[in-house]
Amino acid sequence: MSTQRVKFYQTGTYTAGNRLLDETARTVQSRMDRTNSLNSGHRACQGCGEALGARYAIDAAMRASHNRLIAINATGCLEVFSSPYPESSWQIPWMHSLFGNAPAVASGVAAALRAKRRDDVKVVAQGGDGATVDIGFGCLSGMFERNDNVLYLCYDNEAYMNTGIQRSGSTPPFARTNTTQAVGDTPGNPSGTGKNLPRIAMAHGIPYVATASVADLHDLEAKVATATAMQGARYIHIHVPCPLGWGSDPAHTVKVARMAVESGLFPLFEAQSGNIVGRMLIRHKVPVERYLELQTRFRHLFDPRRNEDAIAAIQSIADENITTYGLLG
Amino acid sequence: MGRKPFAITLDPNSSLANHTGNWRTMKPIYVDRLPPCNHACPAGENIQAWLYQAEEGASEEAWRRLVEDNPMPAIHGRVCYHPCESACSRGQLDEAVSIRAVERFLGDLAIKEGWRVLCAPSTGKKVLIVGAGPSGLSAAYHLTRMGHTVTIYEAADKVGGMMRYGIPSYRLPREIVDAEVGRLEAMDVMIRLNTRVEDLEATIKEEGVHATFLAVGAHLARRIEIPGYDAKRLLDAATFLQSMAGASPIKLGRRVAVYGGGNTAIDVARTAERLGAEPVIIYRRDETHAPAFKEELAEARDEGVRFQWLRSIAKADDAKLTLEVMELDQQGRPKPTGRFETIEADTLVLALGQKADTAFLRNLSGIRVLDDGTIEVDGHMMTGHPGLFAGGDMVPGEQSVSMATGHGKQAARHIDAYLRGTEYVKPPSHPLATFDRLNPWYYTDAEQSKPPTLVLARRRESFEEMVGGLDADTALLEARRCLSCGNCFECDNCYAVCPDNAVIKLGPGSRFAINYDYCKGCGLCAEECPCGAIDMVREMK
Repeated sequence: MSTQRVKFYQTGTYTAGNRLLDETARTVQSRMDRTNSLNSGHRACQGCGEALGARYAIDAAMRASHNRLIAINATGCLEVFSSPYPESSWQIPWMHSLFGNAPAVASGVAAALRAKRRDDVKVVAQGGDGATVDIGFGCLSGMFERNDNVLYLCYDNEAYMNTGIQRSGSTPPFARTNTTQAVGDTPGNPSGTGKNLPRIAMAHGIPYVATASVADLHDLEAKVATATAMQGARYIHIHVPCPLGWGSDPAHTVKVARMAVESGLFPLFEAQSGNIVGRMLIRHKVPVERYLELQTRFRHLFDPRRNEDAIAAIQSIADENITTYGLLG
Repeated sequence: MGRKPFAITLDPNSSLANHTGNWRTMKPIYVDRLPPCNHACPAGENIQAWLYQAEEGASEEAWRRLVEDNPMPAIHGRVCYHPCESACSRGQLDEAVSIRAVERFLGDLAIKEGWRVLCAPSTGKKVLIVGAGPSGLSAAYHLTRMGHTVTIYEAADKVGGMMRYGIPSYRLPREIVDAEVGRLEAMDVMIRLNTRVEDLEATIKEEGVHATFLAVGAHLARRIEIPGYDAKRLLDAATFLQSMAGASPIKLGRRVAVYGGGNTAIDVARTAERLGAEPVIIYRRDETHAPAFKEELAEARDEGVRFQWLRSIAKADDAKLTLEVMELDQQGRPKPTGRFETIEADTLVLALGQKADTAFLRNLSGIRVLDDGTIEVDGHMMTGHPGLFAGGDMVPGEQSVSMATGHGKQAARHIDAYLRGTEYVKPPSHPLATFDRLNPWYYTDAEQSKPPTLVLARRRESFEEMVGGLDADTALLEARRCLSCGNCFECDNCYAVCPDNAVIKLGPGSRFAINYDYCKGCGLCAEECPCGAIDMVREMK
């Protein structure tokens, strides 16, 4: 794994910084000179996980690339809330084109840099789960297949939030969205559908694939730094809770993400050339209820009566992840 | 701007123009809370503050912070019953921070390094202190540091009170007492040894002092009548323990019965065990109702001390004690059952508590002696006699070295105010930092570092110190187990987790501020603060 845990330092490497920790072991986010790539004044909702995840990732990429970074942004919440005309929250070279073509635009930027022999500049493309797993999927697969020199960051909030919480290929089973209402015999998103994009990316055999979460800043930054330093197509899938779409308390954004990791529902791992090379162990394992109960999109599993079958089905997904990725060590 | 592109009418701008702070209904504010350890400390130490220094390995700074409140850390690091550790929030995570062990480390290091404290310029005011136990010495230390001139009268031939004449040396080696007391003596405090105050009013006149602090402790043993018992076989705990400090310890028989369930009873029994006797503790109530500290009970049991719970001594006949079996009523009070049994005992030691000898106060007006022999004091630790203060075991409250030391500090503050013609008002405390305010996920799992202890066989036969000290590395790790409950320790979490960059990092030691122009009031910073140092409060209209 890219991250080394430090023990016995009060909070070790679990908090962002800590005066007792060696400077080099602190996060980019704890530094007074962090770039704040996504600056204040953006219009994301209170407690937005995507705004948080994007600043975490891009600040880390900025530091790893010595501030030589170009970001391509797909359409989606992140693009909309950060760049309402005529304002921009971005303090880096940043470009937006369409919903579905961010990987292709990034491939073009990378090609242009190669033509200009600018190997000092890094290219990232970023988008939400809609732009990544659904609308831009073809372009993304092509970018992977050609091994273009781009780091693609997917901020996964598990539905089309910007347009009003419609289901995406990344929406988890049983979740309520506005297109998968909690009504009928099988309320919420049908189970057995959707895509696991990190696995699909791995199947392309690209140099680097990783998952990360806003609940684990040290791990996220280490993965972004590792990926930024590499060549070829790289993919990081970042879990970013959405208080609006998930019906969680804005103050609970990090907590919700943490419960996803600790329950095993969102495994943290990294892979090189299609092979898993590391995983982050669960610290204090929790049942999936601890995650589900924080979000009203799963309320129909508990109210008016507990839907034992559905909860058991979600638990079995978590258990399978724990086995597949060896999350308990 | 010159000509704009087609359909573009506005200049490009930063989103900083958009003050998202006006979305807010709740706002985060940084708070400081009273840590549970500080709250529980009888000596009034700011434990979290000196641990904070110790965490950085700044031992001298930590010690200096510590002795602002307590002049005897090496002693307290050994004998204090550490209510701080019982209150420590870490106890609900894994194990409490071993605060006492770190305190002892700092105290011992100060002795080794010869660190001294500085005093304020002289105020010209004189204070008389009667009794050189923990309370008197603590008051003398604080008053001297404030610039007052202190004279102590002590009846014994050495200073230290119960620390020298009560606590067994396997818990508190006498060279430690000498070292810490020596540091106080070096502060130009006049100490008259072997000088019992017989007539306080005359002494006050003679010394020409402006205020007096009484801290004579409680030395008179409580006795009970035991019919038929040979007086030669009967001892009281205070006399016995005091004899251990001198050249000729009292000889005990082989079978020693100790009557009482408090810490003194335990001290006597464990001392007897070390002298080769077979001690048994007899107490009227059961183990859960015994006032002795549980840790002490367990250690005594390990060393071979036996217990006869729920027994009272009914009568004695030569070396035989007749015990009556007791039972507890609903309120936990012992009731006789009429069933009897006998045990053999060569010596019976009464450890039934001690009272202050307050005869020398008789002539003074305004003094009120309570039923249990203690002296009544007001909220300023002053007796009914103006300018006469009292503390330690001779006033109502828990009798312990730490409590007495705390009294000494409090009395010094009130005496100082009295001398300046003002009144000391305690600054209001922060509300308590409770466990439910913490976000414990962030703390590393780390078990308590255990100090080395003497092997059992050695404990049972020698007065060698039973518990060892921590080395510097271990003390550092132990200090770093502190959760910093309720007070920012600059972990940078709030600064990191704000999705709006609305937390401003002010730099090392300066903590953080909120940029309310952009703070949307989501509450993530408060939620993810490990130590509960951020409150969310309603935004005013």
